[in-house]
Amino acid sequence: MIPELAHLALVIAFGVALVQSTLPLAGAARNDAGLIGLASSAAWAQFVLLTFSFGALVHLYMVSDFSILNVYQNSHDSKPMLYKITGTWGNHEGSLLLWVWVLTLFGAALAAFGKSMPATFKARVLAVQGMVTVAFIAFTLFTSNPFERLDPAPLEGTGLNPLLQDPGLAFHPPMLYIGYVGFSITFAFAVAALIEGRVDPSWARWIRPWVLIAWSSLTLGIALGSYWAYYELGWGGWWFWDPVENASFLPWLAGTALLHSIIVVEKRDSLKSWTILLAIFTFGFSLLGTFLVRSGVLTSVHAFAVDPDRGMFILLILAVALVGPLLLFAWRAPQMRASGAFQPISREGALIMNNLLLAAATGVVLLGTLYPLFLELVTGEKISVGPPFFNATFIPLMVPLLLILPIGTLLAWKRGDLRRSLRLMSLAAVAAIALALVAAFTDPRSTIVTALGFALAGWLFGGAVMDLLQRAGIGRSSWARLPARLVSLPGSAYAAAVAHTGVAVTVIGITASSAWQTEVITSMGYGDSQRVAGYNVTLAHVGPVQGPNWIANEGTFEVERDGRHIATLTSDRRHYPVEGTSTTEVGITSNLWRDVYVVIGEQTGDGLYVVRLYHNPLVVWIWLGTLLMAVAAVVSMADRRFRVGAPEPKRAKAAAAPAAPAPQAGS
Amino acid sequence: MTLRQLLRALLPALLLALATAATAAPNPDEILDDPALEARARALSAELRCVVCQNESIDDSGAPLARDMRRLVRERLVAGDSDAEVVDFLVARYGDFVRLRPPVRGSTLLLWASPLILVGLGGIGVWLYLRGRRDDQAAAPAPLSPEEQAALDRLLADRSRS
Amino acid sequence: MRRLLYVLPAVLVAALAFTFAIGLRDRDPSALPSALIDRPLPALDLPAVEGVDLPGWQTADLHGEVMLVNVFASWCPPCRVEHPVLTRLTEVHGVPLIGVNYKDAPEAAAAFLVELGNPYRKIGGDFEGRAGLELGISGVPETFIVDADGHIRFRHAGPVLPEHVEQVFLPLLRELRG
Repeated sequence: MIPELAHLALVIAFGVALVQSTLPLAGAARNDAGLIGLASSAAWAQFVLLTFSFGALVHLYMVSDFSILNVYQNSHDSKPMLYKITGTWGNHEGSLLLWVWVLTLFGAALAAFGKSMPATFKARVLAVQGMVTVAFIAFTLFTSNPFERLDPAPLEGTGLNPLLQDPGLAFHPPMLYIGYVGFSITFAFAVAALIEGRVDPSWARWIRPWVLIAWSSLTLGIALGSYWAYYELGWGGWWFWDPVENASFLPWLAGTALLHSIIVVEKRDSLKSWTILLAIFTFGFSLLGTFLVRSGVLTSVHAFAVDPDRGMFILLILAVALVGPLLLFAWRAPQMRASGAFQPISREGALIMNNLLLAAATGVVLLGTLYPLFLELVTGEKISVGPPFFNATFIPLMVPLLLILPIGTLLAWKRGDLRRSLRLMSLAAVAAIALALVAAFTDPRSTIVTALGFALAGWLFGGAVMDLLQRAGIGRSSWARLPARLVSLPGSAYAAAVAHTGVAVTVIGITASSAWQTEVITSMGYGDSQRVAGYNVTLAHVGPVQGPNWIANEGTFEVERDGRHIATLTSDRRHYPVEGTSTTEVGITSNLWRDVYVVIGEQTGDGLYVVRLYHNPLVVWIWLGTLLMAVAAVVSMADRRFRVGAPEPKRAKAAAAPAAPAPQAGS
Repeated sequence: MTLRQLLRALLPALLLALATAATAAPNPDEILDDPALEARARALSAELRCVVCQNESIDDSGAPLARDMRRLVRERLVAGDSDAEVVDFLVARYGDFVRLRPPVRGSTLLLWASPLILVGLGGIGVWLYLRGRRDDQAAAPAPLSPEEQAALDRLLADRSRS
Repeated sequence: MRRLLYVLPAVLVAALAFTFAIGLRDRDPSALPSALIDRPLPALDLPAVEGVDLPGWQTADLHGEVMLVNVFASWCPPCRVEHPVLTRLTEVHGVPLIGVNYKDAPEAAAAFLVELGNPYRKIGGDFEGRAGLELGISGVPETFIVDADGHIRFRHAGPVLPEHVEQVFLPLLRELRG
């Protein structure tokens, strides 16, 4: 009964979404309060219906109801409860339902928090959001019904890909989807603005929290996926420029550009049509990612079971969702007049450079990902575009971006004083040189590139500190008042500094872990020891271990340094009998400065095992940096001026009082 | 027909099972004694694609065919081949598909030139845009331009509306 | 002109969607065409497989006849599937079949041929998989059609099924044999 009700709820939600996507538009055009009000109610209704529907699917997974085809194909009674639940979205149909649920979650959030917007505008945003929901519910109902019955019901399911039975990958998709789908709201804002033909600073203020939450989630989602690859795939790599990774990276790059261009719209009422274009394309890239993962048009390790019909359906959604608004854009954009004039050397100018380089990087990643497909269709040649290409083209675009970044944050709006900014940056230059020297003398393997990477990080971090100091009025008021002024800076000022520090931290992590990694590949027997970068690793024991739904051969390793015990690590080769596949679990001991990483491999006969040992210096900094960026976005969102749903008068008061206390970080 | 469908369904599962059964990266018995040669072999392996895997280099892949290729790379290096000769050997048998770094030639020129093209075109666009913005400023003597005044008015209007 | 610029994004996206639509139709993204088409069969020198009552072969021995070169192994299930098809091809159409026994245990290969019959004229053992690399294979089984000049004219990855014989193998063989 439950699956039928859940399916019915989905059908009703489809109807409600149809209403939401049409009537409020008419209402907004005729200024009919009744029809306008319908938008919010419809959004709420959809959220309730989808919560029931998705909740029902989770329930069916929890109780292992194998009369449901989807549960039968992707679950098994012996799985731990956590992976029964997360298995709900470990497959095409279930993950699609999660997509739709997140869509309605954002719709309801907009209905609840969008009070500062004019009612007509809000109705239009919700209507556009409704159209996206219509498309995706239709996709679910017509091609990917998760509630399909199986008669007779089998006694046992076929299990879930063991690679997905891991906490990292269990929560990677929901984070990613909040990011992808969050950009549907900003897309809706852009399209609604095109319908009204009006983009102005207040529009930028309304859209900004939504960009921040989507961007923050996407950042975390990507970081989680990359951390998962690091510890699960078993050779210490964390980014492979795989088409599916690129598909999640494209909306991130475009979203990062959007995050910055919105500031120009908000502060200077310029760059409007470009920002609209970015908002449309950022969601477009989210859809492209969905298309690439689910259509099978490209090969990837991460792809779902593929089906060309589904691919065609998403392609249709992609085409309609982009070409329609872009035609609207072609009509409206020429009428959008920017009001703020500025010199090339200014904050605006720097942000435009930021957008230029990010857009170029997005273009390069897009072209690199799709080029094999294009070439095959045009000339029949079959080529591969892999990490060597992306590293050779992407990094040269990022370096100037990061060089300009801190200088840009120190430039004034309208007309900047480049000399003054560079003078302030001389302190950052000292930090850069210091870090480069540290890098050069810490490890003999350091190259020029290593030193430059560290210098860049020092430059960014120094710039972030100078940015705060400048905002606190360094040089313009007495030193004694500096601490008080620093404390009273708005949250968004700290957010920018923290986010840019996060970039610096990630740059250090990438540079150090790639330059200073030590790898030892060897055969070890019981009691054998092996040195890796000053650590002594001993294979203490190998024996069978029984898990809830797997059996493993587990190696236990003792890690010591200078006779001092550091950690006991286990690494196992797991076999999942239900799924008939194996995975390798690595052993990692991690601290801020290094990871010691052990992987046990095949037995090579005479009591010897293949063992891979890695010493990865500063590798966790890669993900710490991304965490800082994500947290910064949340801090920025908590800034009073943008707080979602903060009523207008209160906001006016906050803006009027210059010494308003900064919101708590992370709140 | 049904047999064919069965095979279609079975084959990927079989391949996947073979591909994931072994752990990644070279085994101890493959590693060369000469560290300089071994370093070259690793660097080369990272640029060659495992043809049966989805998107992995032969250095990362545990597939048996990737192992054969790693062995081949090392054998040829030991025999005195240059890096280019090793790559050419595999390209002659597997096509450009094995190169993770696509060759630069007519059909890939657009790809390789894309960073320059994109930054170039974007740069021209930005230059034209900035020129327009600057002219605006020359024509705006007052600290608060009419446009800014209008924007301010609109803002205030927005506030009263909500 | 400026107007045109604003239409450009819509046009680009439409073109991209159109490309994807073509890309989705009847295309196997993991299919890898052989780089050896119209090239001479690589120089191989494969020893006989112990326990199999057939000689090994060298590429130089194979000139002058249109033939099939088939890479197989006893451990490969699809090889069992294609075995009767290949047998029919040799028996009914008289095409010589040359085997490459890929990474197999000799006794298992011998048992495989005893159990299913032996349609091969010669079988060379490729114990280390080197010949497989020379032939550019990506899996087992694979079958090559080699013309009388010793050039590879066609490569089939995966088991040869009756419809492949009808649609591809026989027409090409007929053409090559004149």
